[in-house]
Amino acid sequence: MRKALPVLVVLAAILGIWWLAVAPMNIRIALDGAERSGAAVVPEGARERQEVSVWALMARNPDLVPLSYAQERPRLPTPGQVATEFWDTTGAMALDGRAMSRRSLLFHAWITLQSTFWGFLLGTSLGIAGAIGIVYSRTLNLSLMPWAIISQTIPIVALAPMIIVLASQLGIEERGVPKAIISAYLCFFPVLVGMVSGLRSPAAAQLDLLRTYSATPSQGFWKLRLPASVPYLFASLKVGIAAALVGTIVGELPTGAIRGLGARILIGDQFGTPLAIWAALFMAAILAGVLVTFLDLAQRVTLRRMGLAEAAR
Amino acid sequence: MTGDMPTPAGSMGAPVIAAEGLNLTFQTADGPVHALSDVSLAIAGGEFVSFIGPSGCGKTTFLRCIAALEQPTGGTLSVNGMTPDAARRARAYGYVFQAAGLYPWRTIGRNVALPLEIMGFPKDEQDSRVARVLEMVELTGFEKKFPWQLSGGMQQRASIARALAFDADILLMDEPFGALDEIVRDRLNEELLSLWARTGKTVCFVTHSIPEAVYLSTKIVVMSPRPGRITDVIDSPLPKERPLDIRDTPEFLALAHRVREGLRAGHAYE
Repeated sequence: MRKALPVLVVLAAILGIWWLAVAPMNIRIALDGAERSGAAVVPEGARERQEVSVWALMARNPDLVPLSYAQERPRLPTPGQVATEFWDTTGAMALDGRAMSRRSLLFHAWITLQSTFWGFLLGTSLGIAGAIGIVYSRTLNLSLMPWAIISQTIPIVALAPMIIVLASQLGIEERGVPKAIISAYLCFFPVLVGMVSGLRSPAAAQLDLLRTYSATPSQGFWKLRLPASVPYLFASLKVGIAAALVGTIVGELPTGAIRGLGARILIGDQFGTPLAIWAALFMAAILAGVLVTFLDLAQRVTLRRMGLAEAAR
Repeated sequence: MTGDMPTPAGSMGAPVIAAEGLNLTFQTADGPVHALSDVSLAIAGGEFVSFIGPSGCGKTTFLRCIAALEQPTGGTLSVNGMTPDAARRARAYGYVFQAAGLYPWRTIGRNVALPLEIMGFPKDEQDSRVARVLEMVELTGFEKKFPWQLSGGMQQRASIARALAFDADILLMDEPFGALDEIVRDRLNEELLSLWARTGKTVCFVTHSIPEAVYLSTKIVVMSPRPGRITDVIDSPLPKERPLDIRDTPEFLALAHRVREGLRAGHAYE
C-alpha cells in the first residue's frame, strides 16, 4: 500500500491534467458542430473563430464547453471515452465470445505479442552471442562494438519498410518474420551492452584465482563470468522486451498490415477514429507493463535462487 | 587424480622455493618500473615466511611470480624444483587474496568446492574434502550459508579453506587479513599459526604489519621499493609455540625493532 500510494497520486494527477486539457483541445470542433445544429455561438462562423484563442472561445461560450467532452471524433478524447472504447473492444467482446474477432483489440494484441516474443528471442540470442564474442575476442571487440552502436543511430522507421520489402523479395510470405527482425534489431542492443558489462564484471583477483587453478576458458565462462552477468542480464532483458514491443509496432505501421496494434493505430489514423488509436496505445502500454512485470518476477525468483537477492540489497 | 601430492622438497634439504637474481620490469607509459631487482631467496619446506615492506616494494609481485601470475624478465625461479608454470599445473600452491573473493551466488560449501570442481575431483570426494577443510578453519555448519551471511573474518577463513581444499603444500597469502579489524586479525593470526603447525605447509605471507610478520614467521623478508628489492632476511629465534602474549616479550620486541630498522634503512636509499 505504501508503494502504491505515490503511483496512484501521479496517476490521478495525469488523469486530472488530461481531463482539463480536453476542453481547450476540442472547443473549436465542439463549437463548429453546435453551430451546424443551430446553436448560438459567439463569434459566428468557423473562420471568425480562427482569429480567437481557445481560452476566449471557452469564456464566451460557457454553456457549450461541456460539448467538448462529448465529441464523437475528438482531437483529444476524455479518459472516460478511451476507457469505454477500450472496454468495448476487449472485455465486452470477450464476454460476447468474440475475443479473437478482427475487431477485438485482444486479437491485435495477440498478433503483436507473438512477433514481440520471436523478436525478443532472436534479439536476446544475438545480443548474448555478440557479447560473448566481444568479451572473448579482441578482434570482435574492436570490430563489432562500433557497428552495434552505429546500428542504433539509424532510425528504425526508415529501416522498417526496407526490411519488409526485402523479406517479400526473398519470398517470405509470413508477415511475422520481418516484424520479428525489426523487433530483434531494436532489442539486441541493450542486451549486448548489458551482457558485455556483466561478463566483464568479475574483478581481476577473481580471474587470477581461476588462473591459479589452471582453469580452462570455458570453466571461467560457466563458473564465473556467466553467473556474474545474470543481474546485468535481467536489467537488459527488461529494456530489451520493451524495445522489442516498440519494434514490432513500428514494423506493423508501414506494411499495409491489417493485423496487430501498429496496424490498428495506422488504420485509426487513416479513418479518423481517434478513440481506436487511443485504445490501441493503451493496449500497447498495458502489454509492455505486463511483459516487464513478468521479467521482473523472473528476475526476483532467479536471483533469490542464486542467493544474490539479499547480497545485492 | 586424487592422492598424488607433489613431494615436499623440503625433506630433501632442497629449497621449496628458490629465486636467483630475479628481475621484473614493467613497461609503463611513464617508462620502465623495476618491480623486482636482483631478488635472491631460498625458502625451505615447512617455513612460514613473511614479506614486509612499503607499497611498491615488490612483495606482492614476488608472490605473483611464484604463482606464475607474473612472468619475471630475468633470473631464475623454481617452485618444488619446477618452473612456476609447471608447479601451478601440479597444484603446488593455494593462493589467498586480500579480498576473500567468494562467489556470492555459491554457498560457502560450494565456494570451497570450486577448485575441486575445476580440477575434476569426484563428487563424494569433494564433499569430504569440503567438510574437512571447513573444520580446519572452524566453519563447520556454515556450508549452506551464502557469503553475505558471514562476517568479513569468516569469509576470509572460507577463502583459506578454499585454498587448502586441494592439498597443495604451499600456501601463498597476499595480505589476507589486511582489510580486517585488529581483534579479528589477532584471532585469525592465532588460528593460522595452529593450522600451519598442524599441516606443516610452507607459507608465504605478504603483510604491511610488523607485529603480524614477527608473530607469524620463521623467516621475515624485509623489502624496499624503487627498485623492489630485499634489504634484510631475518630468521626468527622465537619458539614454534607462540601464544598471543609472546608479543610482549623482549625477544619479540627486539625482533620487531630489527624489522623496523630494516624498513627505515630501505627508505634511506631514496
